[in-house]
Amino acid sequence: MVGYTEALTDPSYSGQILTLTYPLVGNYGVPDSSIKDDDGIPKFFESDKIQVRGLVVHELSLTASHWNLTVTLDEWLYNEKIPVISGIDTRELTKKIRTGGVMMAALVVSDSEINVEEIKKQLKSAPRYDSEQFMNDVSTKQEKVYGNENQSVVVIDTGAKNAIIRNIREIGYKVICLPWDTSYEKIMSYHPKGVVLSSGPGDPQKYLNTIDTAKKLIENNIPTLGICLGAQIIGIAGNTNTYKLKYGHRGQNKPCVNLENNQVYVTSQNHGYGITPESLEKSEFNLWFTNADDKTVEGIKHKKQKCIAVQFHPEASPGPYDCKFVFEELQHLMEEGASAKE
Amino acid sequence: MYLLPVNQEYVESIIEKERPDGIMLAYGGQTALNCGVSLEESGILQKYDVKVLGTQIKGIQKTEDRQLFKDSMNDCMIPVLKSKTVTNFDDAKKAAEELAYPVIVRVAYTLGGRGGGVAYNEIELHEIVERGFKASIVGQVLIEEYIGHWKQIEYEVMQDYDGNNVIVCNMENVLSMKVHTGDNIVVAPSQTIDNHEYHMLRSAALRATKHVGIVGECNIQYALEPKSDRYVAIEINPRLSRSSALASKATGYPLAYMSAKIGLGYNLSELVNRITKNTTACFEPSLDYIVCKHPRWDFEKFELVNRRLGPTMKSVGEVMAVGRTFEESFQKAIRMLDIGNDGLVLNRTNGETYTEEEIEDKLSHHDDHIMYNVVIALKMGISVERINKLSTIDPWFIEKIKNIVDIESKLKTSELDVSLLWESKKMGFSDKQIARAKGSLPDDIRNLRKKLGVLPSVKQIDTLAAEWPAITNYLYLTYGGHSHDVEIPSDEKGIVVLGAGPYRIGSSVEFDWGTVNMVWGLQENGEKSVSVVNCNPETVSTDYDICTRLYFEELTQERILDITEFEHPGGIITCVGGQTANNLTPGLAQHGVNILGTSAHDVDSAENRSKFSAELDKLHIQQPRWQAFSNLNEAKNFAQEVEFPVIVRPSYVLSGAAMKVVWSQDELKTYVKEATDVSPDHPVVISKFMLNSLEVDVDGISNGKEVVIGAIVEHIDSAGVHSGDAMMCIPPWRLSNKIIETINEYTKKIALTFNVKGPFNLQFLVHDDHVYVIELNIRASRSMPFVSKLVKTNLISLAAKAILDKPLPEIPENKWQKIHNYGIKVPQFSFMQLDGADIALGVEMQSTGEAACFGNSFYDALSKGLTSVGYNLPDKGTALVTVGGAQNKEKLVASIAKLKHLGFKILATEHTAEFFEEKVGQVEIVHKISEPERKPNITDLLYERKIDFIINIPSTSTLEKYVGMLDDEYQIRRKSLELGIPVLTTIELADSFVKTLEWLKSNKTTKEPIEPYDKYD
Repeated sequence: MVGYTEALTDPSYSGQILTLTYPLVGNYGVPDSSIKDDDGIPKFFESDKIQVRGLVVHELSLTASHWNLTVTLDEWLYNEKIPVISGIDTRELTKKIRTGGVMMAALVVSDSEINVEEIKKQLKSAPRYDSEQFMNDVSTKQEKVYGNENQSVVVIDTGAKNAIIRNIREIGYKVICLPWDTSYEKIMSYHPKGVVLSSGPGDPQKYLNTIDTAKKLIENNIPTLGICLGAQIIGIAGNTNTYKLKYGHRGQNKPCVNLENNQVYVTSQNHGYGITPESLEKSEFNLWFTNADDKTVEGIKHKKQKCIAVQFHPEASPGPYDCKFVFEELQHLMEEGASAKE
Repeated sequence: MYLLPVNQEYVESIIEKERPDGIMLAYGGQTALNCGVSLEESGILQKYDVKVLGTQIKGIQKTEDRQLFKDSMNDCMIPVLKSKTVTNFDDAKKAAEELAYPVIVRVAYTLGGRGGGVAYNEIELHEIVERGFKASIVGQVLIEEYIGHWKQIEYEVMQDYDGNNVIVCNMENVLSMKVHTGDNIVVAPSQTIDNHEYHMLRSAALRATKHVGIVGECNIQYALEPKSDRYVAIEINPRLSRSSALASKATGYPLAYMSAKIGLGYNLSELVNRITKNTTACFEPSLDYIVCKHPRWDFEKFELVNRRLGPTMKSVGEVMAVGRTFEESFQKAIRMLDIGNDGLVLNRTNGETYTEEEIEDKLSHHDDHIMYNVVIALKMGISVERINKLSTIDPWFIEKIKNIVDIESKLKTSELDVSLLWESKKMGFSDKQIARAKGSLPDDIRNLRKKLGVLPSVKQIDTLAAEWPAITNYLYLTYGGHSHDVEIPSDEKGIVVLGAGPYRIGSSVEFDWGTVNMVWGLQENGEKSVSVVNCNPETVSTDYDICTRLYFEELTQERILDITEFEHPGGIITCVGGQTANNLTPGLAQHGVNILGTSAHDVDSAENRSKFSAELDKLHIQQPRWQAFSNLNEAKNFAQEVEFPVIVRPSYVLSGAAMKVVWSQDELKTYVKEATDVSPDHPVVISKFMLNSLEVDVDGISNGKEVVIGAIVEHIDSAGVHSGDAMMCIPPWRLSNKIIETINEYTKKIALTFNVKGPFNLQFLVHDDHVYVIELNIRASRSMPFVSKLVKTNLISLAAKAILDKPLPEIPENKWQKIHNYGIKVPQFSFMQLDGADIALGVEMQSTGEAACFGNSFYDALSKGLTSVGYNLPDKGTALVTVGGAQNKEKLVASIAKLKHLGFKILATEHTAEFFEEKVGQVEIVHKISEPERKPNITDLLYERKIDFIINIPSTSTLEKYVGMLDDEYQIRRKSLELGIPVLTTIELADSFVKTLEWLKSNKTTKEPIEPYDKYD
């Protein structure tokens, strides 16, 4: 019901058709994309374009009402040439994905009868999601710098949401955003206090360069935080395995337990891959957060080094702000120099 | 289980006896919460070492005390409303300028917010403030920022002892901050706020609950500026509330149940989601539908009442509709109200016409017709922007209303093809509305839809929007879908039980008790599949764990047919859901639905006055003279013949809607018109009104062969006071054995003659030792739970047996006479909330609730009953007596003498004082409200709290108000009500009250638990 602007511009959704379970979409329209914060980051968007390939909803609100809107959702999608289909029984579709898993799909509209077989054939020959190369699309091509503080944090951009940068800015650091395949040495040339491996689309095992960088960050005990895809990459770097979830975790209401104090947090999530729980045992990590519903891995802490990672989105946007403290945890690693060791 | 008043005295006596380890305060509304605080403050909890389970008293106080609340919110950085208390105009002006106009002026220490108002400029401020200083006892007014046009957003929060907390539901009020949430149209989830605003308020809610120390459930209410993200917290309710009941039903998350577990010490993540059974309760439900709550008002029942909606809640019940568009949910909700409307537009009566000026005024001053007025405005061509400006309803909602208006005109002008059918059904149009637009019949539309495959889907409410598999039986129907979530095996032949719809005057929790007990009764008798249809979020029957499948749906013929076509049940039960369900019986039977229990034919014979009368004649049983008529002349002639007063009423309506006692030809003319407006399809019935008679209710069960009489219930008030407003007593105390025998005999004869299979209720009049039958209702009655509990026989579970054609168990003849207990049912009124309403009773039911108390004597039970509904029973003090008519005065002499004897000081107005002085000795004279210059004056004495209770009998007892009300007496009743001083308006009540005071001088009330039902197999 809320958060479609944020979700549609989240680079993690690159290459996907998104369907929303809430039936009424677009009620509050779309805010002004030219409004930027002091660092020049769009205030209400997670990247500079709509990242999804298509949108499926039950009812698209053609009128919108909000003090902050400039266009309706319909107009925005039209302007960005992203197709949206409405009038769909999205609950039935959700059940289909729940049982069949995420699947390749096509949006087809026509005044005349649709030849389903023909469409299926076309869909079969279309490039599969798993085979796509996203980084060219979602990662920055050159370094980007936000702020001018002395101390900095490097974000390895595998499709980072703006909210990650905003949150690091909020704890008081300059942010240097670098391409996904930047080498460890190059990163260290900026003398960052810490490094964040961002969220993003696709299978973590494919990003060998980033995995390699992550390994070196751990080895050299550089304070590091991984988020979502970044967490999976850190996991692989520290000898865990990853796997593809049947239909992923997506939503703003996912309960996670912090095993250090047994507190439960409601988190924002969007991931199709995860760290295999069994693989943790022989790895370099301890389990930090676990999913209260299905006991999947939601956060890990390195046993010796200053390295933490969460599967959910502590930066929120969309979703709840309950876990902003994860950034403070990174800050703690960077400032106090305290070991994350138990 | 104790059936006792919830106040400090009674609860202490229970604590003393039971010595509990813990007490839970959050489940009995404000009454229980206040009681808990006073138990703590008086040291009782400490004395008996009783722990409060859930939110601690300190936390409760932080939310209840305005100053503590403001401080707490400041501590956790949550903004609250800015305001300033002032005692002179200069300060008021300064405060208003600081806060910026408009400002709201609230008058300190006055009642019901009187004397306050909104000031848009200094001139208005001056006027309101000066008026306020006069009205305030302490000469103080509060200048507060005006936020009537702000959005009203609520969050329901759960928190455990460890501080884990989640938001279970958020809600948005369609009618902004202007209207109390209880009177507002509410949607869940919120529709017009964005991600940032949603989560800003969400985080604040979690912060606030943590700071205050909520354990269990609470509701937090915000005002959000519509033109920015500025917000303020208005209040926190540290208990289960109407909103939390709504949130539970809207999400499928059982808040009270989970909150109780948390109170016992469970951690949120240890608890399991009751719907999925394998995910945790520590999560936030996601909805894939939109819920719309709509209040039900019963303003028609109250004379002189002000229909304006504002900060005081006036509704008596509510419905909740689930759909996949706002339009669908909203129009469903309107139908659920059961007020004769088939949706927002295309109703039986066309809306009013207004000038532009009139409609603009109506848009800016909300009453119960506000949404219909928006429709009228749209049709007049007034822009959405303008409507928003006047009404403060968010443009998004107005646009949705416009969609409904647009479909209406499309239906009227275009051909009804498959796409228009789908479109209109998705926008929530009923077949009746479509038929009205097309000039055809609802059945034609139904058949067309079925031919074209335009059918609703049955969807689950599963707390997580289908993300996980959920085996839930909690269902609704929508046109926003193309497939069902559940399937019914073709060999399953279950039973569908219809619930009672919204609470309203005349139909309240008693019918829900009936519905739930029927479901249990059927299950106990081996029925495997029992489904319920109901739409009232305040009920137990809409708890999804009661039955096999719960349809949270409309109780309309169209929807019940949809459900029965989907369910293909063995039969349907319509006799426990009050008149709403009962009224559906003939239509459903005509459409081939198998009605279980008494046949539709026999129900009709009882409801149809002519047929009913003919049957009674055959049995040689008398009834007051009556006649059905269709034109006014016939009515006039009849009235002349039997002599006024007469009662007029439509033949098919529950709880005296449009039922009136009429004293003259002129009145007759007016009321006949009203009665035909309410129920146009049924003729109007006129009958002789017998003054000075006793009214008796009989509740019973029959299976067509045997008849079980639950009890004979005597009304304490004389006939003419509606049975729902009358105090009732079991066993009867003024009926002779002979009369009781006659009533017994008549009851059995009548039940067998009408082939009753299930519950029934008979009403008798006893006049000059003759028994007359007033009416037969072949369905569960309002008094059945009262009778069942006192007599320890669950009548509805007997009814379940009767309906299933099982033999009735052996129950001792006249068991009700052998119970050594008195039971008294006392009505609860809500006049305080109904600005202007007169409290004198009449044939229209006005009470909104009731209390029943048992005791080992009449006065034992009565004193507890009176205490329960808020009467103070003083042991000394002052009584004001104002009585109209010589006859009434005569009747009161004994009671006044008794009062004097008990040591009460008696005040009366001149003539009354003169009369009583002669009979009982010294009576002090006071002067009428209408003569304020004469002292001592009643007004002053009321305000100075020098009067403890008032006996105010209008001149022809309760009927006087229909002749023409004496304003002075009305003023006394209204003023004392607002000051919380009890007013006794009938001779019977005054007598009983005085005798109770006398009894209490030398007796103490009993405090025994109630006993369980006797088991009958």
